[in-house]
Amino acid sequence: MNQATLVTDKTADDSVAITLQGSWTIGNTVPDPGQLTALANVNSITTVVFITAEDFAWDSRLLAWLMAVQRQLGSCLFDLSALPAEVGDLFRLANTVPASQVRVPGRPTLKQKCLAGIARLGDEVLGLLAFIGDMFIALGRWLIGKSTARWSDILTFCYQCGPSALAIITLQSVLVGMILGYLGVVQLRQFGAEVYVSDLVGVGMVREMGALMTGVIMSGRTGAAYAAGLGTMQVNEEIDALTTLGIPPMDNLVLPRTLALLLTMPLLCLYSNILGMVGGGFVATSMDITWLLYLHQLRDAITVTDIATGVFKGFVFALLIAMAGCRAGLECGRSSAAVGQATTRAVVTALIYLIIADAGLNILFFHLGV
Amino acid sequence: MNRDVAIDVRQLTLIYGSNLIQSDLNFQVRRGDVFVIMGGSGCGKSTLLKHMFGLYQPAAGEILFDGHSYFTASSVQQSAMRQRWGVTYQGGALFSDKTLAENVAMPLEEYTTLNRRDIADMVCYKLALVGLAGFEHFYPAQISGGMCKRAGLARAIALDPDILFFDEPSAGLDPLSARRLDDLILQLGHSTGATVVIVTHELASIFAIGSNGVFLDATTKTQLATGSPRHMLDHSEHARVKEFLTRGE
Repeated sequence: MNQATLVTDKTADDSVAITLQGSWTIGNTVPDPGQLTALANVNSITTVVFITAEDFAWDSRLLAWLMAVQRQLGSCLFDLSALPAEVGDLFRLANTVPASQVRVPGRPTLKQKCLAGIARLGDEVLGLLAFIGDMFIALGRWLIGKSTARWSDILTFCYQCGPSALAIITLQSVLVGMILGYLGVVQLRQFGAEVYVSDLVGVGMVREMGALMTGVIMSGRTGAAYAAGLGTMQVNEEIDALTTLGIPPMDNLVLPRTLALLLTMPLLCLYSNILGMVGGGFVATSMDITWLLYLHQLRDAITVTDIATGVFKGFVFALLIAMAGCRAGLECGRSSAAVGQATTRAVVTALIYLIIADAGLNILFFHLGV
Repeated sequence: MNRDVAIDVRQLTLIYGSNLIQSDLNFQVRRGDVFVIMGGSGCGKSTLLKHMFGLYQPAAGEILFDGHSYFTASSVQQSAMRQRWGVTYQGGALFSDKTLAENVAMPLEEYTTLNRRDIADMVCYKLALVGLAGFEHFYPAQISGGMCKRAGLARAIALDPDILFFDEPSAGLDPLSARRLDDLILQLGHSTGATVVIVTHELASIFAIGSNGVFLDATTKTQLATGSPRHMLDHSEHARVKEFLTRGE
């Protein structure tokens, strides 16, 4: 098929004829509508008549071109009567509804962005405080038996964030224990004090790494799942449905998830502590320290206070992860892309909360002497 | 092979998971038809449509497009067949992280060699056809449900398909918007010469636009009638077909 070409011919003072020939189809190149701009500059032209040559084929490409020409020529009248009837029909159909004048909001300036950022930070803090308040009110309602949170829900979520997470916690804890073990052995060997590797692994796991690494894993696993689950419910209007049924989402959705994480996280921390010490033991025993000596040294190194601080941290982290996950989910937008954003937000905020809380708790414990 | 037949469905059995949905379906969609798949809720209308455009594989029987089955075709032929189909989904199924222009441009970028400016012109034209001129840079979340459906239609017709599949196009729209969408489908079908296959249980739409159709029954799990909706109403001996087409009145 021939290439699409056009011939313009001034037929009268106020009209011009454009002859189209060749194949005006998607697979072919068509003339640039810009080359007709010169016609627009001739003010006297009010009508453009389109004619077809013998070899002529068309599809949407011709219509898209005609629309582009129409935008170039502004107010000129188009006479399409010589073109196939369907072309005229489609052209009229495309011009039935005038173009919307509603504008997409423009890009903000740097100053506007900064101000919006500060305002968002303020909203974030206020929103967080409001969410914590709502959560405690829901907890209060549950404690006095006036909440719809059900034990069956809580147990289901407990299973999801407890036993289901054991495999990955096992892997993570043994490896972190081994890392601490190698770190300690290499440094302590310089003083001939390899035996104290149990102190380093034991105290390191129990006071710090057990809770923190479990927190990191649970942020990615459970926090993200909470955000995605609640976010999808928001998209499907399920949360609206709950609210109109008179069931606060806080009671029915947030509380069971939070309680489940609060119940399981301290236990997971303890589990992680034990496996971390086993991991450290593998390293120690490979360096001529017997299991008996390693365990004996561990018993002397760790106090009940150490264990309690780790478990307390696990408890605090659980609260923060559940809060970050549930809040991101409940505040999710109404599209599928928003669910992805909510999940990212849940994980990132949970990790930031974890680090800040961990640093704060360590300072507090140091000054309290525990 | 009859050149007038666009889609030939023979002895088709549909199974979803382990549930039998429909069996022994036999009907033909003629070129240029507005073919309505009708029936009560849960009878497998959407499932049949999804089998027709190749999303699900039939358990038995075949669906022939110009004598060729999609599932026995090579991947090159399958791609060519898909380019000749346009599909719209119940909620529009627009990609929410893309603007309307980017949504409509997607099939053009994928299957044509048009440059950016030509694609932009095509997108403008397709959106204008469905009455959404000027909404190019809006995201699906910023427009109404009815507009999302029309934008979905613009994306479906991006490549000038020969066959248009519609899944419940007017569900959830007010009567006036539903009527306008019906008119738009008819006008597009007429002007582009496309064959239209449409799933709906809106009686007004069925009689307004349907030139041919099939009635699926959930109880017997097979088709009870074929032909134009008017013909079914006047001549079908099945009480359920008449009841459906008269809203039980």
